[in-house]
Amino acid sequence: KERLAIPPQEMPAQDPIARGKTVSEVALGYSEAQARLEAERCLNCKNEPCVKGCPVQVPIPRFISYIQKGDFKAAVDTIKETNLLPAVCGRVCPQEKQCQLECTVGKSLKDVGKAVAIGRLERFVADWERENGKVTPPTVKPRTGKRVAVIGSGPAGITVAADVAREGHEVVLFEAFHKPGGVMVYGIPEFRLPKSIVQAEIDTLKKMGVKIETNFLVGRTRTLKQLLEEDHFDAAFVGVGAGLPKFLGCPGENLVGVFSANEYLTRANLMKAYDAKKAATPIYKSRIVAVVGGGNVAMDAARMALRLGAEQVHVIYRRTREEMPARAEEVEHAMEEGIVFNFLRNPTRILGNEQGRVVGMELQQFELGAPDASGRRSPVPIAGSEYVFDCDTVIVALGNESNPLLVKTTEGLVVDKKGRIVVGADQKTSLDAVYAGGDIVLGAATVILAMGEGRRAAAAINELLAKK
Amino acid sequence: MNRILKKTQLSAEVFEMEVEAPLIAQNRKAGQFIIVQIDSEWGERIPLTIADADPKTGTITMVFQTVGASTHRLAAKNVGDYVENILGPLGNPTHIEKFGTVVCVGGGIGVAPLHPIAQAMKAAGNKVIIIIGARNKDLVIFEDRMRKIADELVIVTDDGSYGRKALVTEPLKEYCSQDPKPDLAVAIGPPIMMKFCAETTRPFQVPTVVSLNTIMIDGTGMCGGCRVSVGGETKFVCVDGPEFDGHKVDFDNMMTRLRAYKEKEEEDHHVCHLELQIESMEHKGGR
Ligand SMILES: Cc1cc2nc3c(=O)[nH]c(=O)nc-3n(C[C@H](O)[C@H](O)[C@H](O)COP(=O)(O)OP(=O)(O)OC[C@H]3O[C@@H](n4cnc5c(N)ncnc54)[C@H](O)[C@@H]3O)c2cc1C
Ligand SMILES: Cc1cc2nc3c(=O)[nH]c(=O)nc-3n(C[C@H](O)[C@H](O)[C@H](O)COP(=O)(O)OP(=O)(O)OC[C@H]3O[C@@H](n4cnc5c(N)ncnc54)[C@H](O)[C@@H]3O)c2cc1C
Ligand code: SF4
Ligand code: SF4
Ligand code: FES
Ligand SMILES: [Mg+2]
Repeated sequence: KERLAIPPQEMPAQDPIARGKTVSEVALGYSEAQARLEAERCLNCKNEPCVKGCPVQVPIPRFISYIQKGDFKAAVDTIKETNLLPAVCGRVCPQEKQCQLECTVGKSLKDVGKAVAIGRLERFVADWERENGKVTPPTVKPRTGKRVAVIGSGPAGITVAADVAREGHEVVLFEAFHKPGGVMVYGIPEFRLPKSIVQAEIDTLKKMGVKIETNFLVGRTRTLKQLLEEDHFDAAFVGVGAGLPKFLGCPGENLVGVFSANEYLTRANLMKAYDAKKAATPIYKSRIVAVVGGGNVAMDAARMALRLGAEQVHVIYRRTREEMPARAEEVEHAMEEGIVFNFLRNPTRILGNEQGRVVGMELQQFELGAPDASGRRSPVPIAGSEYVFDCDTVIVALGNESNPLLVKTTEGLVVDKKGRIVVGADQKTSLDAVYAGGDIVLGAATVILAMGEGRRAAAAINELLAKK
Repeated sequence: MNRILKKTQLSAEVFEMEVEAPLIAQNRKAGQFIIVQIDSEWGERIPLTIADADPKTGTITMVFQTVGASTHRLAAKNVGDYVENILGPLGNPTHIEKFGTVVCVGGGIGVAPLHPIAQAMKAAGNKVIIIIGARNKDLVIFEDRMRKIADELVIVTDDGSYGRKALVTEPLKEYCSQDPKPDLAVAIGPPIMMKFCAETTRPFQVPTVVSLNTIMIDGTGMCGGCRVSVGGETKFVCVDGPEFDGHKVDFDNMMTRLRAYKEKEEEDHHVCHLELQIESMEHKGGR
């Protein structure tokens, strides 16, 4: 009862107006005092409902009780038993749909927003550990002489690399881009996930002896078969993520000024186009930006466009706020920053001028109908409701199809109708000694799910190599 | 890191560079390209075709024209310097088989990427006719190398300073009018040239392959920035191409998209010229 009376600790954040002009992180993190107060709110439930809500079963009550005692190192070590990237997950997990959704405190107060802030606590101890130089790289067992190729350096690949290297196997992490980190470096912006955090994780891998080969596109630079047959790798993990962004499929989608969120964000994040003086990569100058979609990717693109100097940024979404798949905190932050939400709208075509540049969109209005297979009420178009919406930039954030390159260049790798690699319970693919996980298996998913699959794959690879 | 082993200036604006890239040299095939980034922090990722490769020395050759900031910065590099990042080989290799007679048309810098294709077509037993076009004599590149492959070679310049005074479409049309007509045309050059080559061969129904040079970033199918409309469908040049059926490509849309960043490009180009000038003055001044 007393615990329930402690007010939920708000996350300190940068001023909404000032932050619209910088790319530095918005949410500032708890102070020690705040973290301990927030931890006091946890009831240490015996049945651990929160743990069941977490895709990797972080021992939540246990790590929070260490925070209550002020033993932050023990807390972060506890989290790392199942989650190797707490600083990342604390920031980007959709907690209100996972661990915090099940929290007894939130249920008692009849508001998931008042659940114990598990994610923020996770972030707090992970940041504390890193900032105080307390990170201890996992101990690596003596070399076994066996070699594992990890393809793709997103959260799935990083997790596999760490778990496999720990067993003493030699790991080479292959990445197509010039920098490792996957979506965490090219997609999710600095203002939400500072790149130094991802870099710290990569540095830990290097300390463990993992070799990182950037500028290496498996399937082209070397094929998977060459890695296994000629380069003497005993096993491989495929974590190549999603690719092939979806476009609207409506007239005008190839006009100048229409971008996939992937392109827009890659230019802005990885290629640093926000610093026009120094960066050689250009980004489109916009006045009125329309972002189509309602997920995290759409929120990131919209908030990035604002930071790059757009006067107005609009989100166009087919359903309503309740159905938006984005993290609640991102939607709140976007609204605070002045991004305009246009719900129950969808473009039917994009309009261009004589120079082939975007000048507007035709939007159709929708209403909510009966719930569909996903349980969400499905949007129904209203006939004759089309109208013209002025904008000079359209950013499409409707998700991705699977990247076909690795599959196309690897004979015998079985995929489903959507091009996702088919795996068994242990993440093994149709090919011997080849495992897969993350977005290339799940379709577009989340960091924590990609990591969870990575852990399972690593366990299976370690088991396989122990037998070899 | 890829070391530059050789650098040759082929004309006022065209440079040939040989760089270390052993894995790419081993696996690349005709028609494929690389993405080059001079420095990891602030550099731009630019696609360049692999003009040649030697698996024994582990080197690849790129031939590029200085058109803007990044290509000028690359041209300013010297033997012994490094290019930080090279990714490749990218794109689908050219479909090579014995077609019969193949007309290869190269415009300007396009002759360089055409070279390995012409070579492979010849090796596959085709009769290879090569048409080289350039604005003027100074800009004609690869003449000797092409002559070695060609069964017939035609050179045209816009101003008549070398070879015939004509556009490449003129000899191309003449070859298409012959009986038997060519079995295949391959055209690589500026988009406008490829467009008119495709228009020239269309009435003769000579299948025409073009190699597209859209703006790219990742080169792996992740961003969609390189998309073009081919036969009404949206295709990604980096993974679906770079070669397509020239009769189906929407060249006008492609050319519009190539101009998307003109403003910033011109500004950077200008700044880059100033920087390079200052650098060379400092060199001369013996700093
Ligand atoms: C803008 C954006 C915002 C997001 N926000 C969130 C969020 O808030 N919370 C959340 O949980 N999730 C979020 N996600 C989703 C999350 O990032 C992904 O689910 C997750 O990164 C998938 O991890 P992965 O390891 O499967 O692949 P990725 O992170 O996609 O990494 C794959 C890597 O493999 C490389 N690669 C591809 N092909 C090859 C090849 N053939 N050879 C070598 N390397 C290759 C790629 O370059 C890439 O670096 C977001 C995604 C985006 C795009
Ligand atoms: C598959 C492919 C193969 C190519 N092969 C060659 C080659 O062998 N030799 C050669 O000289 N050029 C080649 N190009 C073109 C070359 O990439 C551009 O000339 C170069 O990117 C220009 O960069 P810049 O900064 O010097 O000039 P900028 O002033 O920035 O650009 C000049 C023009 O080049 C185009 N361009 C700009 N940025 C890019 C980019 N990131 N990717 C592609 N095009 C861009 C635009 O149309 C722009 O207006 C190729 C392009 C593609 C797509
Ligand atoms: S990993 Fe994500 S879901 Fe699991 S406890 Fe941490 S924040 Fe919650
Ligand atoms: S459900 Fe909530 S209160 Fe209960 S242990 Fe988990 S975090 Fe603590
Ligand atoms: S360059 Fe990004 S998809 Fe082709
Ligand atoms: Mg440029």
